[in-house]
Amino acid sequence: MIKRAIALIVALLMVWIMFDMLVNWNAPNDLSGVAREYVEKEPTQLGAVNVVTAIVVTYRGFDTLGEVTVLFLAATGVAVLLSRRKKEPKQGKKKYRPASEFLKTGTHLLSPFIVMFGAYIFLNGHLSPGGGFQGGAVIASGVLFLFLVFPDFKLNHLALNWLESTAGASYVLVGILGLLLAAGFLDNRFLPLGHYGTLLSAGAIPVIYTLIGLKVGTELSGILENLKD
Amino acid sequence: MKLMIGFAILTMGVGIWGLLTRRNLIKIVLSLSIAETGLQVLMVSIGYIKGRTAPILDSAVGITDAVHKVVDPVPQALVLTAIVIGVAVDALMLSYVIRLFAKKKSLDISDYRDMKW
Repeated sequence: MIKRAIALIVALLMVWIMFDMLVNWNAPNDLSGVAREYVEKEPTQLGAVNVVTAIVVTYRGFDTLGEVTVLFLAATGVAVLLSRRKKEPKQGKKKYRPASEFLKTGTHLLSPFIVMFGAYIFLNGHLSPGGGFQGGAVIASGVLFLFLVFPDFKLNHLALNWLESTAGASYVLVGILGLLLAAGFLDNRFLPLGHYGTLLSAGAIPVIYTLIGLKVGTELSGILENLKD
Repeated sequence: MKLMIGFAILTMGVGIWGLLTRRNLIKIVLSLSIAETGLQVLMVSIGYIKGRTAPILDSAVGITDAVHKVVDPVPQALVLTAIVIGVAVDALMLSYVIRLFAKKKSLDISDYRDMKW
């Protein structure tokens, strides 16, 4: 009982910290500071239609590199934690209930399109809502579908690891190319900016987002496979 | 927007309450996830400006007048980062839960007192 009361008090204190912000909240009427700069100058500077993408990939590209690193570390951590379990003696091969007809047919029909949609999302990250992380998550959901229907399905680890490491290394390489050929690390302007609003525009942003999409897709698929058994 | 901020703060409160009172390990992970969602909604709603659209400068918005037509893109970029980190943390915590369960066949946190003194 006392424990519950203390928990309630802590939760209420946490709410109270924020409550002050809620009461004195003044809705902003205009963009200010750095946001204004970004929205005003981004189309001529970087040429990406989606300002959020420009911020994530270029203006704060270093953050995104760190983010990809965190995701990589988490995937490695999951693999380390869960793969050790396989060395313990297994009590016979588990028999899974076969998937239902609906799931099977649906997966056969949908999984190629899900992967295609994921690729579409990360290729159009600079033009529409979307990007590498979202596209990668969609691809991983296609892989999840496969795991649901074929529980014994094994991913090709050699190909996955190569794809993931190549994508990660190329991401850093693209960043260094920006440092050498343009203004700074992860600068997208070493490739031509192209015509505003077309697929091959915004310099290196589509390249970077494609690499991130592949890396995130393979990492999340690896996490799913490890969590599966 | 005040309503949205209030809702987000309430969600965070629910998440923290669950984090402190639940005994089931999976529910603890879920509670942290709920608190995280509240924080993300809070951050996005801070950047919202009434009557404006998403910061995608296509032909419907136009480049020249975009400053007066779009919401703040910076919190959205931050939340994008926060979501991905959240997924990574959740996956890692769930795999710890799986390891713990494999060891003691229990999901109750009061069965794990080895580090308590």
